[in-house]
Amino acid sequence: MAVGLTLIFGVMRVVNFAHGDMMVWGMYLAWILSTRAGIDPYVGFVACAAALFVMGWVTQRLLVDRIVDAPHEMQILLMLGVALVLENAALVAFGPDPQRVRSPLRAATFWLGPVFVDVARLVTFALAMVLTLALYLFLTRTDLGRTMRAAADNAYGALVIGTDVRRVYAAAFGIGAACVGAAGALVSPILPFQPAGGLSLSVASFNIVIIGGMGSLPGAFLGGLLVSVAESLGAVFLSPSMKELVSFSLLILILLFRPAGLFGKTAA
Amino acid sequence: MKWLGAAALGVLLLLPAVLNSYAVTVFIFIFFYAFLGQAWNIVGGYAGQLSAGHAAFVGIGAYTSAVLSVQAGLTPWVGMLVGGLLSAVLGTVVGYLGFRFGLRGFYFVLLTVAFAEVCRIVALNTDAVGGALGYYITFTGNPWQFQFQDNRVYYYVALGLMLIATGIVAAIERRRFGAYLIAIREDESACEALGVNTFRYKMLAMIVSSFLTGVGGTFYAFYLFSLQPGAVFGIPLSVEIIIRPIVGGAGTVMGPILGSFILSPLAEASRVYFGQGGWTGAHLIAYGLLLIAVVLFLPQGAYPALRRLWGRAAR
Amino acid sequence: MPPLLQVTGISKRFGGLHAVRDLSLEMARGEVLGLIGPNGAGKTTAFNLLSGFLTPDQGAVRFDGHSLAGLKPHAICGLGLVRTFQIVRPFPHLSVLDNVRVGALARRPLMAEAREMARAVIDRVGLGAKTDQAAAGLTLPERKRLELARALATEPTLLLLDEVMAGLNPTETSAIVGLIQRINESGVSILLIEHNMRAVMTLSHRIAVLNFGEKIVEGPPAAVANHPRVIEAYLGEEYVHPPAR
Repeated sequence: MAVGLTLIFGVMRVVNFAHGDMMVWGMYLAWILSTRAGIDPYVGFVACAAALFVMGWVTQRLLVDRIVDAPHEMQILLMLGVALVLENAALVAFGPDPQRVRSPLRAATFWLGPVFVDVARLVTFALAMVLTLALYLFLTRTDLGRTMRAAADNAYGALVIGTDVRRVYAAAFGIGAACVGAAGALVSPILPFQPAGGLSLSVASFNIVIIGGMGSLPGAFLGGLLVSVAESLGAVFLSPSMKELVSFSLLILILLFRPAGLFGKTAA
Repeated sequence: MKWLGAAALGVLLLLPAVLNSYAVTVFIFIFFYAFLGQAWNIVGGYAGQLSAGHAAFVGIGAYTSAVLSVQAGLTPWVGMLVGGLLSAVLGTVVGYLGFRFGLRGFYFVLLTVAFAEVCRIVALNTDAVGGALGYYITFTGNPWQFQFQDNRVYYYVALGLMLIATGIVAAIERRRFGAYLIAIREDESACEALGVNTFRYKMLAMIVSSFLTGVGGTFYAFYLFSLQPGAVFGIPLSVEIIIRPIVGGAGTVMGPILGSFILSPLAEASRVYFGQGGWTGAHLIAYGLLLIAVVLFLPQGAYPALRRLWGRAAR
Repeated sequence: MPPLLQVTGISKRFGGLHAVRDLSLEMARGEVLGLIGPNGAGKTTAFNLLSGFLTPDQGAVRFDGHSLAGLKPHAICGLGLVRTFQIVRPFPHLSVLDNVRVGALARRPLMAEAREMARAVIDRVGLGAKTDQAAAGLTLPERKRLELARALATEPTLLLLDEVMAGLNPTETSAIVGLIQRINESGVSILLIEHNMRAVMTLSHRIAVLNFGEKIVEGPPAAVANHPRVIEAYLGEEYVHPPAR
């Protein structure tokens, strides 16, 4: 989830405020697949990723492309607009009540030493790791991946050597969205989701990405781990609803003292 | 232009005599959100510091005056000043942290959102102010308690608030304070080189803005009578606050008002039209589309565009 | 008569790079001091140090009897030391008049007075015809004049000009040189960074040469132009004693 966001920022310096809402759509797609077509989300996430890739690509080509060079406020507002549209279209389409996807794996659990392990979560975790690794390989081993990283480092330079920068941007946005689509699908059996959840997912993504460092993929990965651990600890020691407080406080501290995050590049 | 303004004002003052209660309510929302938008305009429009957490100030103002009224019997007419003051304190903190640490653009937005969310979570978990169930004020209709039997009194109060805020913004724009804020929005470093203490002016804008917004919180509390942390501190309210000035024209005097006159009826209409059948929130789709349209085609907002059209027509 | 500007041994490092090393300068009132040196010699860093955008790691700067230690740029401007930027930074959406007015407001807090002052300065720099035009629509030479006008409107005692001639053709350059001379004659001291040698020679009473962050030569224009170390810095060692043909 966070990896997708940092990819978009790293390549285009555009902050995708609609990230969380895209994820919610991923979740709903998984739900549809599961209830209408009987496809388990652990398999169907591929379709969700593909669908969201298209959504990301289209969004970028139609909207974001026009404002890549515009002042930051405009980009923020644009994505906020997209977020509003997505969130409320979901509301209109699916209603406001929380949903959950039923997967045969949900009920399965087993003991691993002293720890009670939920198979569904384990599979989610494992698949997420696999996908992250796949993305990493893509970025480092394939041509398109390397081009993306080049464009991220130096857009002008990439232009000069003949890259179709707009296509790269669209691809980056698409892949970022695909990540989030997959994430949504993988998480859908575990977390209840509703249209209104989009904004808090976005904020959570930002939390992670800022903490790990904007534009750095290992940062996003580590940031995700860090934030989850911190939140879980918060839930254990403070009351569960305060765990968000922990991650927000962490965010404020990092913003103040190390806005580049643990590994990040600073915004140009 | 002045004649038009005076005439419009006259119309607004006389409207309650001819409108039914529902229409009056719509206008109350127009005025109230224009007021909040105008307060935000000072720091978000003129100074260009995009705060997406202004709901925090509404919440603090609302809870403060509500609690003081219910627990301590303090009249909200004074309570609103206390609420405004406390909001200004938070505004000072957020501003200080943001500006001293040089947070700009996206990072500043995130800081404001983080603070608003922290407020929300704290309110949600503080049983003394109702926690998740919310805080309720019993309706007494007593004017000393900022409560009025007649909807129309609220109308005039809201109108008054909007006019006061607009007056403040107009006064700011006319003076050096306003010129400096606009310049800061254009290029902070260039300003510094020209002798502008950018930190001081950004802080001032933030303090005035948060104070006014906090005062607005009192109106919110004593008009709706129920405070829910999610509603009064949440991002949806922050969005409502900022979208009107942005669509209408951030950094202009008439922007928030124009924006409110466009968006509030739109919101109300779509709520009514789509409301039956659980489609509430459809107006937010319109908000989103409008926001996108404004950014792509009218980045300075509706008011400057209208002014240009007017200028061309006048020739 | 104490010097207007007294820079004593300032240094600034960025990581391993010594951008400015033990730089000392003095300027008298009414003087024009030219600051030259190859690219990367530390000239703009020196400007940043003097105007408060950077803090020196070591050393001290005294201006008009005040220490500038720890002062922010706006405070330094208040004391009368103003700088322009190498890459001009107009306020794009504001008119020329509003741009210059921001500068004028530094000394004249009342809007009407500031406006009048701004108009006068705009006429002085020759931008009168463009007073109401948005800054974004100006040509480069016009933007340079705007930058100059804005700085002048703050009524400085010492003006730091950072490569004002960069990007200008010879006609535009002579026009600006004339303008700067008139500004100096009106009593404003000037410290200018410049690559255009003819302009520097014409304008400066004295010249200081920087290379690798250090001052290597200082003196009147003629002396500096022929100094071997200067030639070495710009062209390399071989040209100090040009090879026999």
